[in-house]
Amino acid sequence: MSDTTGESSVQARSVGDAAIIYASDYLNKLSGERIERECKRQLESGHRTLIINFRDTEIVNSIGVSILVGVIDAAEKSTARLIFSDVNNHTAELFQMLGLTRHVSLVSSEDEALSLISEAQP
Amino acid sequence: MDTNTQRLLHTFSALADLGQEIAAAGDFDEMLRTSFHLLLGSLAIRRGAVAEYEREPGSVRFVATRGLGESLSGPLALSTDHAQRLSSLGSSISLADAGKEAQRFLEDHKDAFASVEIDLVLPLVVREELIGLVLLGEKATGEKFTDEDLEVLSALSRHIGVGIRSHRLLDEIGHKADENLRLYEGLRAIYKETVRAFAAAIDIKDRYTQGHSVRVGKYSEIIAREMGWPDEEVEGITIAGYLHDIGKLIVDLSVLNSPGRFNAKEQKEMNRHPYAGYEILSPISHPYADIPLMARYHHERMDGNGYPDGLKGDQIPPGAKIVTLADSFDAMTTDRPYRKKLPLEDVLADFRVNTGTQFDPEVVCAFCRAFLKEIEGSKERRLLNLLNRNYSNMERLSPMLSQMLSEFDGGGDTRAASAAGN
Ligand SMILES: [Fe+2]
Repeated sequence: MSDTTGESSVQARSVGDAAIIYASDYLNKLSGERIERECKRQLESGHRTLIINFRDTEIVNSIGVSILVGVIDAAEKSTARLIFSDVNNHTAELFQMLGLTRHVSLVSSEDEALSLISEAQP
Repeated sequence: MDTNTQRLLHTFSALADLGQEIAAAGDFDEMLRTSFHLLLGSLAIRRGAVAEYEREPGSVRFVATRGLGESLSGPLALSTDHAQRLSSLGSSISLADAGKEAQRFLEDHKDAFASVEIDLVLPLVVREELIGLVLLGEKATGEKFTDEDLEVLSALSRHIGVGIRSHRLLDEIGHKADENLRLYEGLRAIYKETVRAFAAAIDIKDRYTQGHSVRVGKYSEIIAREMGWPDEEVEGITIAGYLHDIGKLIVDLSVLNSPGRFNAKEQKEMNRHPYAGYEILSPISHPYADIPLMARYHHERMDGNGYPDGLKGDQIPPGAKIVTLADSFDAMTTDRPYRKKLPLEDVLADFRVNTGTQFDPEVVCAFCRAFLKEIEGSKERRLLNLLNRNYSNMERLSPMLSQMLSEFDGGGDTRAASAAGN
């Protein structure tokens, strides 16, 4: 059911016009730039919503934050919606403190993210 | 964890990571990109650039940019007097100056920046020489930069400046190892200063133990030096002392500041702090070994009755044993909510009774030796100065210290005797 796309090991799949990208533990190193490139690629290919799933992401450091800020920029430029799912409490607090939550919706699961999108487009 | 603590931890780990990144002899371009991510991510800054200054022909060349679009490709002119002004501002730049420089830079290059907002310009200055510039846009919060932000950004920028400069040195003359080493030592100093500020934050949370972490760091340093540890490890244990109680940042504040002795439930909450400290420190890359382990094991006992792991004797890392003694010494020589500070005779008597069961005899001896040398005047007064005006007439302690030294020097036997005696 999931088509895995993108460069080497960034996992992503499409659901309608939404793309789900898995942050994994790439985010906190230079390899996080792959995630950003993957997000931009998904936007260019016409996805209107990006859902980044953090289920395998234990902590997010400053590199990760910088990468995510880059993704926020890219999403805003193409007026796409950005949703973060499965963010643990500690990380959610960090995102709140740093102001990322002003630009992104946080939800607890992919399902919730998908239902959020369908609410928005009845 | 409260917001301030979290902010502190987030920026602290950015600084530690950046120090590591600069010191690692990796690919220059990757070093720069990583450093720039760390700088922007420390405060979630939305756009910015790092530019290298080239005196000939008097321009800055962008080496890393984020969120500035394509317009900033070519080098931009930077007049000699502007460069001079920037280098004279140095690393002690104020928020107002950083804003003013941003304005001036934007005005000079209206075309290049078009619609891009730059709020701060920080000069990268190493040894009074302008190395480059860091340009920064707004934060994701949309809030204005604060003095505290600027402090973080300056520390991080200094690292990037050193990184660029040492790369240049390598380029120009192949090797100039001494020079580089000195620059890196400067970075370690920044790291240490940050940790010290951090320790002060830990102590502020626990209002009964103000200054405790910093003193424990210094006592640990004195003991380790007396034990003949090499400089690098002595520095490491000083840091470990500063950070040993960092786990208290996540212990319930009401427990931390409850007057009187703890009840069982409060004690349980309090006993979480060594492991919590280990968890906080583990993901951070420190320039010294084993810092997280020293936080974890500073309440272990030689007889295995300590916590959290109940390690025994040699299972406990030597550094943790030093921090344990330093911690106890400071606890007993300062006022606590449930008791006044103890007379030094009582402190030494406590050490004596608990050597072998709680404390390592070797560490106790090193402590006694250092103490004795300071009293006799054969060593600079550091321990005595830390104890400050609280105590006087230390000479009377000399016989006690000498006796403990003769009892415990030699280790193993006394350990058995002391354990049997209890
Ligand atoms: Fe402690």
